[in-house]
Amino acid sequence: MESFLNRYRNITVLLLVIFAQLVLLAVQVKSDQDIPLIRVWAVTAVMPVARVVEAVRGGITGLMDSYILLHDTHEENRRLKEEVGRLKLDNNALKNQLNLADRAKALQIFQSRTESKTLAASVIASGAGSNSKVVFVDRGSVAGVERGMAVVTPEGIVGKVIAAYPTASEVLLITDPDFAAGVVSQKNQVHGTLKGQGTPTCKVDYVPFEEKVEVGEWFYTSGDDRVFPRGFPVGIVKVVRDAQPFKEILVEPSGLQHGLEDVLIVLAAVHQAIPEAPVSTGPVYIAPPPPGETAQPANPQPNVTGTEADKLRTMYKELGDAQNHKFGEGLPGTKPPDFNIKLPAAGAAQPGTAPKPESAPKPGTPAVPQTAVPAKPPARNAAPASPPSGTGLNPAGSPPQPHKPAQPPSAAPL
Amino acid sequence: MTYSGERILLNSQREGQVSRFPAWVMIVVPLCAILFQVYVPLFFQFLGFVEMPLLVVVYFALMRRNQISGLVLGAFVGLVQDALSKNPLGLFGIVKTLVGYFAASVGVRFDVEHGFVRLVLSFFFYLFHQFFYWVISRALLGQQATLDWRKMLILGLLNAIVGVSLFHFLDRVRETS
Repeated sequence: MESFLNRYRNITVLLLVIFAQLVLLAVQVKSDQDIPLIRVWAVTAVMPVARVVEAVRGGITGLMDSYILLHDTHEENRRLKEEVGRLKLDNNALKNQLNLADRAKALQIFQSRTESKTLAASVIASGAGSNSKVVFVDRGSVAGVERGMAVVTPEGIVGKVIAAYPTASEVLLITDPDFAAGVVSQKNQVHGTLKGQGTPTCKVDYVPFEEKVEVGEWFYTSGDDRVFPRGFPVGIVKVVRDAQPFKEILVEPSGLQHGLEDVLIVLAAVHQAIPEAPVSTGPVYIAPPPPGETAQPANPQPNVTGTEADKLRTMYKELGDAQNHKFGEGLPGTKPPDFNIKLPAAGAAQPGTAPKPESAPKPGTPAVPQTAVPAKPPARNAAPASPPSGTGLNPAGSPPQPHKPAQPPSAAPL
Repeated sequence: MTYSGERILLNSQREGQVSRFPAWVMIVVPLCAILFQVYVPLFFQFLGFVEMPLLVVVYFALMRRNQISGLVLGAFVGLVQDALSKNPLGLFGIVKTLVGYFAASVGVRFDVEHGFVRLVLSFFFYLFHQFFYWVISRALLGQQATLDWRKMLILGLLNAIVGVSLFHFLDRVRETS
């Protein structure tokens, strides 16, 4: 027996190690539970080193930016070199500080505006494995992070915590194929399930084909999944294809567009309203008539356009004017104007009746009803047609802001 | 012992030279490989294809020519890699255990100092690793993993090229007898 074991020692050890790991796998699959101890050891051992490496990288990057890359310019002129080097050093340092301050400020503003209780964290590592869509953040269970908490940025949702270790947490990104979240479209409130695909875009599944979803529309979290609070932006629709029985919708996640460095972990979720979709009927600019052309409007009766109520109102006003009656005056019981008398049609000169001068349009006025919007271009700072406005710090990126409903277009003055 | 530069197959096991490494190298290098895997793709996404832990396991297994140490190192690196990913513990562990064992077995037969042999073996063990990873994730875990052969061959070649350079670098930390 001993000689047998000696002879087959290597293969025996291999089989034992494989068997042990198979048992480990089977236990996890069978009980649907993790073996936390090994993960805690691994994360606790590796993540502090990752932090040190990150600190060293920051230092080296700063050194590279500020000194080494400028070394060649020193040979031209020592005095100029020193001055330029010093100025660039200061400039880089200030820029870095400004960038950091901007990012921190954006997070801070978002943190203060959102009703959910959040915790700021930095991404310190990505998951092992070449196709991994998980990251590690530097806040763990000691800071109050728990498994299942949502991770967001001011631009949108990022993922959810799938494991919380004492000093770090593992976050499953929304692009991972295992990720799913309940979402709702901004315009028509169409519900669906966001799923990662392992690619930069996500898909929204289980949207019936008869529902209306448009390209460019925003999706927000619906709160149905009990992970993400309602009203956080998810992304913008890039592709919509009709398919049976569900639509094929691809969404570009807004939370991952500008890289991941700083995130917020939602410790206590508070649902919030989904911003209203912008109404497409805003004020319309009407250009003045071309020069040389008569300013007489095509329709000399400005009052006949508009709704039925407008027409009635105009007609009653003219009847009142014709009988010297002023609406709103006079005591109860006084005789009302006769609404049955016939007025001459404005613009159509009937025999024996002259058109009222005040009802004729003045020259030069455009064909706009009295109740219509005056010809005026929309204000430059009017609410944009795109969905939510940003934090105000990065207008180019125009990150959405879920908690502040988009301003509806200003109503036309009547 | 000297080797012919042309020969890549050894006549007997005795022809092969067992490399020895300081203990700190056996700890620090795998740890650095895992750190590389979790840290570098954060800033250089294009380097995400490099399976540094696999290359390190292959190198030590080939050079030490000891099947037990090869499989133990593979199991250790694989389990740590599992712990730092969302996989169940044991998925990378089993695959890298097999890689460590078979790499050590192959190292007995080939002249692993030869650059071309290293290139071919790195390429082969990358494919071996990816294939068994796919098999285990489908068969044992029921995951819908896909196997893109064309992509795998290209990444295997790139990993092999990186592997040859890495092996050359790691040769310098060997103990000289």
